[in-house]
Amino acid sequence: MRLQRVSKVVSVAVVAALALGACGGGSNNADSAATSTSITANGTEPQNPLLPANTNEVGGGRIMDLLFEGLLSYDADGKTVNEIAESIETTDSQNYTITLKDGKTFTNGEPVTASSFVDAWNFGAAAKNAQLNSYFFESIKGYDEVSAEGATTETMSGLNVVDEKTFTVELSQPESDWPLRLGYTAFYPLPAEAFEDPAAFGENPVGNGPYMLAGDNAWQHEVQIDLVANPDYTGTRVPQNDGVTFKFYSSYDAAYADLQADNLDVLDQMPAAAQKTFKSDLGEGRYSEKPTAQNQTITIPQYLEEFSGEAGALRRQAISMAVNREEITDVIFSGARQPANDFTSPVIEGFNAELPGSEVLAYNPERAKELWDQAEAISPWPEGKAFTIGYNADGDHKEWVDAVCNSLKNNLGVDAQGKAYSTFKELRSDATAKTLSGAIRTGWQADYPSLYNFLGPLYATGAGSNDGDYTSQTFDDLLAAGLSAATAEEGAAIFNQAQEVLLKDLPVIPLWYQVSQTGWSNNVTDVETGWNGVPVYYNIARK
Amino acid sequence: MSKNQRTQEHFVAPVDSAGLPETDAVQDGREPLSMWGEAWRNLRRRPLFIISALLILLIVAVAAFPQLFTHTPADGACYLADSNAGPAPGHPLGFTLQGCDVYARLIYGTRASLLVGVITTVCVVVLGGSLGALAGYYGGWLDAVIARLGDIFFALPLILGAIIVMQLPMFRENRNIWTVVLTLVVFGWPQIARITRGAVISVRNADFVVASRALGVSKFQALVKHVLPNALAPVIVTATISLGTFIVAEATLSFLGIGLPPDIMSWGNDISAAQTSLRANPAALLWPAGALSVTVLSFIMLGDAVRDALDPKARKL
Amino acid sequence: MTRYIARRVLQMIPVFFGATLLVYFLVFSLPGDPIAALFGDRPVNEVVAAQLREQYNLDQPFIVQYLLYLKNLLTFNLGNDFSGRPVAEVLGQIFPVTMRLAVLALLFEAVFGIVFGLIAGLKKGRIFDATVLFVSLVVIAIPVFVLGFLLQFIIGVKLGWASPTVGASAGWSDLILPAVVLGLASFAYVLRLTRTSVIENMNADYVRTATAKGLSRGRVVTVHILRNSLIPVITFLGADLGALMGGAIVTEGIFNVPGVGQKLYQAVIRGEGPTIVSIVSVLVLVYVVANLLVDLLYAWLDPRIRYE
Repeated sequence: MRLQRVSKVVSVAVVAALALGACGGGSNNADSAATSTSITANGTEPQNPLLPANTNEVGGGRIMDLLFEGLLSYDADGKTVNEIAESIETTDSQNYTITLKDGKTFTNGEPVTASSFVDAWNFGAAAKNAQLNSYFFESIKGYDEVSAEGATTETMSGLNVVDEKTFTVELSQPESDWPLRLGYTAFYPLPAEAFEDPAAFGENPVGNGPYMLAGDNAWQHEVQIDLVANPDYTGTRVPQNDGVTFKFYSSYDAAYADLQADNLDVLDQMPAAAQKTFKSDLGEGRYSEKPTAQNQTITIPQYLEEFSGEAGALRRQAISMAVNREEITDVIFSGARQPANDFTSPVIEGFNAELPGSEVLAYNPERAKELWDQAEAISPWPEGKAFTIGYNADGDHKEWVDAVCNSLKNNLGVDAQGKAYSTFKELRSDATAKTLSGAIRTGWQADYPSLYNFLGPLYATGAGSNDGDYTSQTFDDLLAAGLSAATAEEGAAIFNQAQEVLLKDLPVIPLWYQVSQTGWSNNVTDVETGWNGVPVYYNIARK
Repeated sequence: MSKNQRTQEHFVAPVDSAGLPETDAVQDGREPLSMWGEAWRNLRRRPLFIISALLILLIVAVAAFPQLFTHTPADGACYLADSNAGPAPGHPLGFTLQGCDVYARLIYGTRASLLVGVITTVCVVVLGGSLGALAGYYGGWLDAVIARLGDIFFALPLILGAIIVMQLPMFRENRNIWTVVLTLVVFGWPQIARITRGAVISVRNADFVVASRALGVSKFQALVKHVLPNALAPVIVTATISLGTFIVAEATLSFLGIGLPPDIMSWGNDISAAQTSLRANPAALLWPAGALSVTVLSFIMLGDAVRDALDPKARKL
Repeated sequence: MTRYIARRVLQMIPVFFGATLLVYFLVFSLPGDPIAALFGDRPVNEVVAAQLREQYNLDQPFIVQYLLYLKNLLTFNLGNDFSGRPVAEVLGQIFPVTMRLAVLALLFEAVFGIVFGLIAGLKKGRIFDATVLFVSLVVIAIPVFVLGFLLQFIIGVKLGWASPTVGASAGWSDLILPAVVLGLASFAYVLRLTRTSVIENMNADYVRTATAKGLSRGRVVTVHILRNSLIPVITFLGADLGALMGGAIVTEGIFNVPGVGQKLYQAVIRGEGPTIVSIVSVLVLVYVVANLLVDLLYAWLDPRIRYE
């Protein structure tokens, strides 16, 4: 239902249409770029209509983050900044009272009220609306009722509007890091018109963020989307340019060629082929490198015979110690990755690079071979079986998988091989059906800057993204304790204790953290990269 | 005309040393060879043929006995410390991104690449060639069915088909060169079929075909004996070039994760792997691409020589 | 002749049903759950997934899915892709771009392939012949992702003669560089096919007759040798048009052309049945029409060829 009748989009963005006249139209943006201070940035075609709770990939995410403003925003270091929220108060980490600032409006003039949030969240959670990000609301009391199959309830009992500017949230259990999530796309407010025809709205969204669509045809599918600065914006993310045009690229190589020719202003990642040359290609002052909240791991399923029991535990440690992370991040990635010391990411508040037990992540080939031989003594590796690391060939993974396999071959004498899946969905199908015959590449990009986001969804017993079927009572208990801690700081300390359990059990082998490499053209300045690796577009100025 | 000359030779042959029956026996033995046999006699004197045959023999030798050409064992270790390094003693062509010996991989990769190229080409020519010849020669409903079937296969996306082929029960857990060959044959035959069909159509009404039919040669025999030999040239040209493109196509398939598994070394695998360090280390790409060129060149030369040898018009000169 | 054409046009009907059925079956057999993949690394919400499956008829058996597709087709509704766009709109966007790209590539390979092939054939064994052989070896042995990358880097980035990527408009002039890259591999085929045919025909009786009649060299070459040498070339070009349209995945990726190849690739990766089937159906029609034109050209090039 949601996805039908998109072609009959009725224009509703009156204000946006006025802006179109001011900007000279979306199609000839080369001309408008010359006279205005708009910038161009790389992007990909959003895979879903632009609705907050339905946008779960980077292509749509970076557009939504400019079109909308939530209760909070994250600054470049991942610290939360109050935006629409005047205050978010709680005494027990379970009941929150949220007060909104005055005078905030959507670009169609509608004021942003408590209902704008509550209605949007109820919409996102309700099963009948089939929103891909609905699980973000699962902590809110009443989520189970609205998200069940064939549910008739449409509102979560935990959400209550007190007045125009105040609403309360009751969670089903205490969660100290819950407020940290409120800057994520799924928690954005929606104007009333969004619920009348969500499909049409998703094609032509009306937001309350620093930017808005440049008119009716701002989104040229598969080509680009034109955003212009929202003149009525009063938040902290004040645009320093007239607009942002996201050009959609199917490969980073093409975008990089455009960047070199100054046809593109900002590129958020360097293609593999330019990894060794981009610094000299662009020259000093046209690129930056910064760790981001994304990591890469290898998941070895618990259900594999040769990785179960005591021998399995020894083998996991051996494999972890046999991988020369320093060398691979240096040679294969030329610094685009940073060796991992834990299961989270160094940009997250509470990160600790020296957790007890993290020696297991350091390269130690002699110890690795010893451990492997001990495991062999307990139960020998199956004759003729190769240790495979599965990866999807539609992403850039072959190089590092091959390098890791060579490391294991050289140091452990095991026949290690990459196993290419032609598509991501094939890999995921095997992973969710628990029918993997070897390890797979995994990784996590944080939705919001919190240690818990790197742990709970991945390693808690029965969690949705727990591909390896890991289960540990101690770990689960520590997670629960961390969530009910009085403050986020106390919570972080407990989450790090939980990580010590993981370092012993190694449900996954942490490899490295993503380092974003951002490059920009000769025409722009003030390019900074955010905590999640996405450039801070509103801050970029044209020279 | 050449027949006359041969007959004359027999007339001047010494009558006293051999009896007529023996003379006839010789002649009988040569008669079926008339076209192909003569082409062979003609072929083996051509320098083009000798050079290409020697080159192909060399390539086949490398494919069959790679260990004779390199000291590095087939499962030789690769060390990242050597990544993209230049030539070193014992490693004449330098190293790949992963620190593997370029020369050793070139040698060991010959077998898989040659097998994929040659087997696919042979299958495609046999399957596509015979379907195309039948379609072009008989026309009518047979042509309609074969040609339209070809149109459907032409339009199928290679990647879609390749993913499906890989899911077949016999390949699911055991991908090998046959997976790649099957995929490429399924998608390669329509091209040769159309080329053959076009060539057969242009020859089927030629005077010598009409004449042979008038002399009582059956329709099918006329196709095999007269039409096909005269329609071979474009087929040979397309096949020899396709041999090279099949080897490269294996690279593309591997690149998409639907080609050879990584433990089978091949030029295609190496070419696609070298792509990411193209500007940092072009040698890793140029060597396998060069080996591929030499292979294609030898088959193109062989094809040219065979075509020349088969061409009755050229022979008269 | 009219009856022949009419029959060929009628053949499109079974071809269309055969192709759509086959493609639908292949898409149905694709491994992996496309709906689960929409959730990315994130946990799959089964209730939401079930609803989406129902919406795209993915919960139905194969033959029902196919018949539903055909039923919608009768009302000119090609369905929606997973991002909610009508497939008809997608086709309307990508085919004009790709058509321009393919036509340019075809022109490039036809003109240069035939002219160079003709000269190489007439001067067989000479330096020109050897040079074009070398050039064709290079374009065969070096994959298009490398050639495309190099041309883009040199012409687009270093020399700045053309934009390195194709912009939103994807006009004719923007597409010249991608078209050359796309046509390079086929250029080698056209060149070698022309060369071989020319060599064959140079010795034909009618050529010697024409020369003996005292016709000028130019007339002999163009009217007698070239015209009779074109049949295999035309055959190849006819079949290649479709391949250029559907198989330009890599070239379109390098130059960021929003065309058929890229869309088809993404649709296969994502398992979007209606998009794949619709694109392939159009491609099949392109092949059928192109091959019909080729067959008609046969008769025009060689009067001995007749269709009953």
